[in-house]
Amino acid sequence: MGMSATDSQFHVLAVDDSVIDRKLIERLLKTSSYQVTTVDSGSKALEFLGLYEDEQSSSDSPSVSPNNQQEVGVNLVITDYCMPGMTGYDLLKKIKESSSLRNIPVVIMSSENVPSRISRCLEEGAEEFFLKPVRLSDLSRLRPHLMKSKSSNQNQEKQEDESENSETQSQEQDHELEQQQPQTMPPNNNKRKAMEEGLSPDRTRPRYSGIATLV
Amino acid sequence: MDAVAQWRNQWFDYTQYLRREGFLDDQFAQLKKLQDENSPDFVVEVVSLFFQDSEKLFNNMAGALEQNVVNFKQVDAYVHQFKGSSAWIGAFRLKNVCINFRNFCEAQNLEGCLRCLQQLQQESSALKNKLENLFRLEQQIVAAGGSIPMME
Repeated sequence: MGMSATDSQFHVLAVDDSVIDRKLIERLLKTSSYQVTTVDSGSKALEFLGLYEDEQSSSDSPSVSPNNQQEVGVNLVITDYCMPGMTGYDLLKKIKESSSLRNIPVVIMSSENVPSRISRCLEEGAEEFFLKPVRLSDLSRLRPHLMKSKSSNQNQEKQEDESENSETQSQEQDHELEQQQPQTMPPNNNKRKAMEEGLSPDRTRPRYSGIATLV
Repeated sequence: MDAVAQWRNQWFDYTQYLRREGFLDDQFAQLKKLQDENSPDFVVEVVSLFFQDSEKLFNNMAGALEQNVVNFKQVDAYVHQFKGSSAWIGAFRLKNVCINFRNFCEAQNLEGCLRCLQQLQQESSALKNKLENLFRLEQQIVAAGGSIPMME
């Protein structure tokens, strides 16, 4: 049972249906010293995270194993918004609705600056919204979310170490996780912050002040 | 003036020309930042991928525009995709053609769409040419023992 995942590099799961975008995002993340896995769809992302389509967050789904997520050790998901089938927004929702995955920070990317889209994502629990093309400097905003996620993962691992005796009792573990999930910061703070900073020169912040949407 | 200095001067002139004429914008410099010892051919790889991908997209667009009943939403989706990729490599002029193209899609203007597709193909071809020149210059610099200047 590895504590090692939390001490070494952060592991980011990048989701994008475009091969060029995946190549760029991967390079950006690796250059920023993250370990990267890329997938080309929301459903593959969920598979990788150990959450399968036919198993919702109902309590009697035996194969939803929080242990899987710990082993895989994904610290952040960064996803394109516009994808065929499951959109980035759909993926975000599924992650936030899952008891085992909802603490994983999610960042949405889009080539289109649509304020309503941005607020929708932030309200659903996305930590950040990046406009494409993403730059190296943008990636520095990932750090705080990763640090936060890392400390809550460490908490979870401690609980699991103490309670773990058998492999099959994922139900119990689900239940335990639910009880012990630390609410480090009310989500609303982050989102409001993101929207208030709309006037900063920072290019990743959506600019609401009277600028027409460029398409 | 030694060979390296000559090639570097040419490189500077050429990149200024490309920026001035709008072939490339700032984003290309961002792309170059991602190239290092670990990924020494990154820019060339991305650019190759881009042109391969664009061939496919142009064919898709052409196919969609040839239909008896044109599905403009589908065409728009292809253009959106192409615009996104163009943005990543800093292909400023291509991006702008895409903006027009999308407007014609929305207006369901077949003539306009066909014109834009042709423009995209021409601009794409021109850009490919320019980039090949740029890469060749860079190869010359390295071959002469110099290092490729930073792009700013």
